[in-house]
Amino acid sequence: MEEKKELLFLDHITMKFGGLVAVNNFYLKLLPGELVGLIGPNGAGKTTVFNMITGIYTPTLNRIYFQGKDITGLRPDLIAKIGIARTFQNIRLMVNLSVLDNVMIGFHLHLQSNLTSAIFKLPGYMQEEKNIYHKSLELLKQVELEEFKMEKAGSLPYGQQRKLEIVRALATQPKLLLLDEPAAGMNPQETKELMDFILKIQKDFDLTILLIEHDMKVVMGICRRIIVMDYGITIAEGNPAEIQRNPEVIKAYLGVEANYA
Amino acid sequence: MGKKKEARYTILALIALAILVYFAQNNLDDYKLRILNISAIYVTLGVSLNLIFGFTGQFSLGHAGFMAIGAYVTTLLVLPPWYKEMIFIIKPLIWPFTIIQAPFLIALIISGIFAAGAALLIGLPVLRLKGDYLGIATLGFAEIIRIIANNIPQVTNGALGIKGIPEFTNLYWSVGVAIFTIYIVRGLISSSYGRALMAIRENEIAAEAIGVNLTYHKVMSFTLSAFFAGVAGGLFACLISTIDPKAFMFTMSYNILLVVVLGGMGSITGTVLAAFFYNFFLEYLRSVEAGFSIGPLTIPEIPGLRMVTFSILLLLVIIFRQQGLLGGWEFSWSRLINIIKKIFFHQRATEGGNG
Ligand SMILES: Nc1ncnc2c1ncn2[C@@H]1O[C@H](COP(=O)(O)OP(=O)(O)OP(=O)(O)O)[C@@H](O)[C@H]1O
Ligand SMILES: [Mg+2]
Repeated sequence: MEEKKELLFLDHITMKFGGLVAVNNFYLKLLPGELVGLIGPNGAGKTTVFNMITGIYTPTLNRIYFQGKDITGLRPDLIAKIGIARTFQNIRLMVNLSVLDNVMIGFHLHLQSNLTSAIFKLPGYMQEEKNIYHKSLELLKQVELEEFKMEKAGSLPYGQQRKLEIVRALATQPKLLLLDEPAAGMNPQETKELMDFILKIQKDFDLTILLIEHDMKVVMGICRRIIVMDYGITIAEGNPAEIQRNPEVIKAYLGVEANYA
Repeated sequence: MGKKKEARYTILALIALAILVYFAQNNLDDYKLRILNISAIYVTLGVSLNLIFGFTGQFSLGHAGFMAIGAYVTTLLVLPPWYKEMIFIIKPLIWPFTIIQAPFLIALIISGIFAAGAALLIGLPVLRLKGDYLGIATLGFAEIIRIIANNIPQVTNGALGIKGIPEFTNLYWSVGVAIFTIYIVRGLISSSYGRALMAIRENEIAAEAIGVNLTYHKVMSFTLSAFFAGVAGGLFACLISTIDPKAFMFTMSYNILLVVVLGGMGSITGTVLAAFFYNFFLEYLRSVEAGFSIGPLTIPEIPGLRMVTFSILLLLVIIFRQQGLLGGWEFSWSRLINIIKKIFFHQRATEGGNG
């Protein structure tokens, strides 16, 4: 038997919504440590791929494997527990909670203490809480959000909310990180910082990253391998140079731009 | 201000409260004591509803149902067997109630457990669903409990109700249970589990994506909430000494909801203040409702004035201050001291409260 080294394996998965085939026969093997870009025009099916991996949708056809185990249709919280974290295209923070709380919540899934020791603040729990607090501060420092720790998450500017969401995902201690358009709404300076940040966390946290992004500078700048989707189908795959001169890709993107023109 | 100092102030305040309760219990007349007791019971009810509704974001209208369960269980446990056999006239009381009797404390705990069990039965199937089904389900549940109470006279004495329940509830009990409830709910809310509950309230999809088991946390919050409502029901029965199914109509759940919304969803401090405000104001309106005269001017009786006033108040809050009186604000000593400093010494607050 062939040895399976890949971290994530999407075995020709398909997602249909009624008559619409949002994702068709999608195939992907992610090796540990890879940073792969997933691009494509609006409505291509990129977010749907994320939603299938994270258990929000169950593929209509075929299966998903993580570290060799079939995880198809597993509940989202259990997906997080086995080490897959994500951010959302439309930021989903706990806007009325503090910046710090948003990060600390990310550690909840690994909490050992039971409910009783948490309510009565027994020593075991207090130790864990202290660790969570310090680790959360540490994470906030990395994105320079430490000084805003007591602010409401919703009061942060857009770019910082995106960073906070990434940091919250990191708090769950993932092996695989799925980023859905992290640069959306960021100015060029923030985007530049974000690229460095993604590379840095990939190294520091030993992450495998799958990145959806519309900003080509970001994708071309940090991904060695890029997958292009259009209408639910993978139309190209390769390194940035190959993608840039692929006629299918040019057609798909020009088609879209022509629509906007 | 350090955690130690906060704790010391809290202990001092509790001692002061205990002295106050002692004097109130020994010096006030029955009427005033009754209002204070009811208010304290409302604190327990409001804080427990705030747990599931204010902190977890799950709309629940079933508190009257859980109270009813608690009230009947406590009643059946504290009454002596000979008395129960005597008053059950529609149908004889069934075993095991004919032989058991328990002390008040045990009866209250068992009441809470029964209410929590009922919550588990509703919560497990309903809270699994995505969407706001708990409100409808609990509304139905509370009605069903009331109808069952009406129709199993061999347990509840039916519509006749049960009279002569020993009046065990005094300020020690009602205030003690309220403080215990606050202690537990605060302990939960300020823990990692509490953060998970608030995460669910804020954004269910995000909470689940970072590993919060939605069903477990919702059911846990709902069950704990029902436990306290059950205990409050027991206190209530042993305060008013008479219960019948009519005592636990929808308006009861509505009143508790009112207290939570007025005080501020997600604020324990707000609920406590609103519970007392509601019951004091209610008594005041009762005198207005009965009609009165100022000199030659006579204001006639205005039936229903109380409900109308509170409903208008609720509307005003919903329109002008959705977060309630205190919003998510929570009392802590350092915050109180900061406020006092600001008012009296015009000092700039130096310490941000983080207790
Ligand atoms: N829950 C759903 N029900 C019905 N259709 C859906 C659902 N989710 C996605 N779709 C459809 O599936 C297709 C792919 O959507 P998806 O969100 O995956 O695109 P995307 O590549 O992420 O696009 P964008 O770049 O705009 O984010 C779209 O046509 C979308 O309308
Ligand atoms: Mg998308």
